[in-house]
Amino acid sequence: MTHDSSINTDGELNNSSNESEQNWRRYFSFSTDHKVIGVQYMAMTFMFFLIGGLLAMIIRAELLTPEANVVDRPLYNGLFTMHGTIMIFLWIIPFNAGLANYLVPLMIGARDMAFPLLNAIAFWILPPAGLLLLSSFLLPNGTAQSGWWSYPPISLQVPPGYINGEFIWIVSLILIGISSIMGAINFLTTIFWMRAPGMTFFRMPVFVWSVMSAQLLQLINLPALTGALILLLFDLSLGTQFFKPLENGDPVIYQHLFWFYSHPAVYIMALPAFGIFAEVLPAFARNPLFGYRSVALATLGIALVSIFVWVHHMFTSATPNWMRMTFMVTSMLVAVPTGVKAFAWTATIWRSKLHLETPMLFAMGGATMFIFGGITGVMLAATPFDIHVNNTYFVVGHFHYVVFNTITMAIFAAIYFWFPKITGRMYSEGWGKLHFWLTFIPANITFFSMHPLGLQGMLRRISSYDPQYQGWNIIASLGAFLLGASTLPFIANIVGSWLYGPRAVNNPWHATGLEWITSSPPPRDNFEEIPIVKRPPYDYGDPKYSVLENSNNRD
Amino acid sequence: MFTFLEYILIAFYVAGLLIVSRWIGQQAFSWMPVQATAEAQRVDDLFSFLVSIGAFILLGLVGVIVYAIIFHRARQKDYSEGHSVRGDARIELLWTAVPTLLVLWIAFKGFSIYQQLNILGLQQIVHLHTPVESPAYATVANKPQPATETIDVFVKQWEWSFRYPNNLTSKELHLPVNRSTRLNLHAQDVIHGFYVSAFRLKQDIIPNRNIDIVLTPIRSGKYRLKDSQFSGTYFALMEADVYVEPLDTYNQWLTQTTANEPTQTKDWVVAESIQAHKTFFNSGWQTFIPASPAIAKERKVSNDT
Repeated sequence: MTHDSSINTDGELNNSSNESEQNWRRYFSFSTDHKVIGVQYMAMTFMFFLIGGLLAMIIRAELLTPEANVVDRPLYNGLFTMHGTIMIFLWIIPFNAGLANYLVPLMIGARDMAFPLLNAIAFWILPPAGLLLLSSFLLPNGTAQSGWWSYPPISLQVPPGYINGEFIWIVSLILIGISSIMGAINFLTTIFWMRAPGMTFFRMPVFVWSVMSAQLLQLINLPALTGALILLLFDLSLGTQFFKPLENGDPVIYQHLFWFYSHPAVYIMALPAFGIFAEVLPAFARNPLFGYRSVALATLGIALVSIFVWVHHMFTSATPNWMRMTFMVTSMLVAVPTGVKAFAWTATIWRSKLHLETPMLFAMGGATMFIFGGITGVMLAATPFDIHVNNTYFVVGHFHYVVFNTITMAIFAAIYFWFPKITGRMYSEGWGKLHFWLTFIPANITFFSMHPLGLQGMLRRISSYDPQYQGWNIIASLGAFLLGASTLPFIANIVGSWLYGPRAVNNPWHATGLEWITSSPPPRDNFEEIPIVKRPPYDYGDPKYSVLENSNNRD
Repeated sequence: MFTFLEYILIAFYVAGLLIVSRWIGQQAFSWMPVQATAEAQRVDDLFSFLVSIGAFILLGLVGVIVYAIIFHRARQKDYSEGHSVRGDARIELLWTAVPTLLVLWIAFKGFSIYQQLNILGLQQIVHLHTPVESPAYATVANKPQPATETIDVFVKQWEWSFRYPNNLTSKELHLPVNRSTRLNLHAQDVIHGFYVSAFRLKQDIIPNRNIDIVLTPIRSGKYRLKDSQFSGTYFALMEADVYVEPLDTYNQWLTQTTANEPTQTKDWVVAESIQAHKTFFNSGWQTFIPASPAIAKERKVSNDT
């Protein structure tokens, strides 16, 4: 990818004009700059990640022993409910929104998002919604305690009074959903209408494709969840009977509406992670992304197929045979486009010139673990097997391989990869590598252990268990505590480097992509002049990317 | 693309992968609980097959990645291109078509095993208020298997109970071995799940719906029935003993047992309320206690601490 002006490779770039803008105060202001909003999203969601992780630590401490002896049962139920809710709705989904906010306009050569004000509003809905959710810990009878699915009728069993944890949970989730729909409209409009001259669809980076596909899913499927939650709120607070089986309501309808969004939600989370792999792997392999066009189309393919697989979460929910069989086949078909991606990543690494810096380690680790998570996913799609392991730790292990070992690893890869662009400074490579190994090994220890537990029949969401399960649980818990500790070098590295790190050049990775041709950090309007795109993406054969930069921040 | 020697090496690699993944697939049987029904054997066969295929793909790709990490490292400061191949229509077509055929094969295998489960009696009949015609393309029979014995299963917060043909009600589930038994599942308050891991059988029980399952245990022994769908505060304690025994023993048990008195307060709930003080951290959150023994329409709240 190139444009008319030459690339600025001056390592001692004068950032003093940006320095005044770099004032930290703007991150606490109602800014409409997509870059500020992106950082706001990412910083805020990371706080929630730490809170969600802390809850996981308590859960794993409880599961060290077969008896319930760390927290009482209502609190345990509140803990796993809030852990799931926070990690999905206040960490991964909004973090991806923040990253996409920062990158999409830069990658397509736009000055900002299509609707900057809507963008800011969408973000500023989140902090109150998140704090509202957390505030339910302070209620006399605690948080919602029916899992992040919040299936009725169990979710409707609450102590008397209007304000209870479940009520707060529903209101908070509806708010977060509204924010996501606003974001989806904004992203799709931006990608469709704000591309630079020459930036055709098949010149867009795969990350932009993945954001487009994920946001399409938000737009199509999220209203189903919002509708379901509103009906649930009516049942809870206004005495209606939509989902109350004892009053001729139908709780299974809720499950359909819920999974009609919440299965695609997995892809809303995963597709941007795949997009990150597609950006990071070629840059450090020095090869073009193998089969770019098919990878881009596979992204859209995953999104389309994922709309039609939601019943695989309900194979044991009094689901008729024809539905079990139909959704078994559709669920397995998701493996085809995801397989195309995994093979393309592998082919990109093949016969390459690998540079194993921290972003590459995280991207390769995440891609490898995704293969494992995908394989157990295909197993779970097979109805006869799913009937055995449904709602067991096998499922918990499988989706943590996807949401943590794949998506969160991809998020770390993205943070390290675009850190110089966002902050104008370099992170410490040594600390980054330490963070990788402290994450990669314990993550596998923790989440692999859950598979044998599930096969042996240990159910999820139990606070006490049969003694036969203790061995693997201890291993999983110890891995989890290490995983908790792994965030410390990361935080130290990011905070320290942001404040005192060496100055970064415009393109420290010699990567293609429009975001690397502008300064680090980019100016308010992103580009001195809007670039004109004349070449395909991932153009690593172009000699200009092989030019050595005279920079002092790479060893 | 490749030299002749490389083709030989690739062939050896694939052959080695096949042997190793087949072996891992064989190991998969030992990762499962005992097989107490014929269905369990079928499910384990399917799982072993899935593990073999999965191991082949995982090891194959990881092997390539590890090989690249070892042999395809860049020299310091070398930012030139590794290769200039942007794609290859044949390879891309191959790795789209092969997985498609593979998942269709897996789906076919899953379907045929599912049908066998039906032949063996893993069958559920859902009675809706408005009977829904099953579509014409539903090839799986919706006819229940004839069962020799019918047992009513009642589940509520916080106990399982079982009513036998002679009207005996018990907190234990007894099943005759090698005979098909139909279980009529009834939930009183929230959604519960019937799950015995050794049977590889799981079925949600939805209040106000009659759901029947038929099962045929083939191995005598004691098993644990667990609640597989989250059902509230004491969800982890929703267990019952399952005894699979020869017909004589089963009949003997039926005739010699007097009905358990329905207890008003469950022993373990009392134990739990004492236990609650023993947890390291005590939230003091009140929990929902269902009205007993009738269906919980009114809500009582007791402080569980």
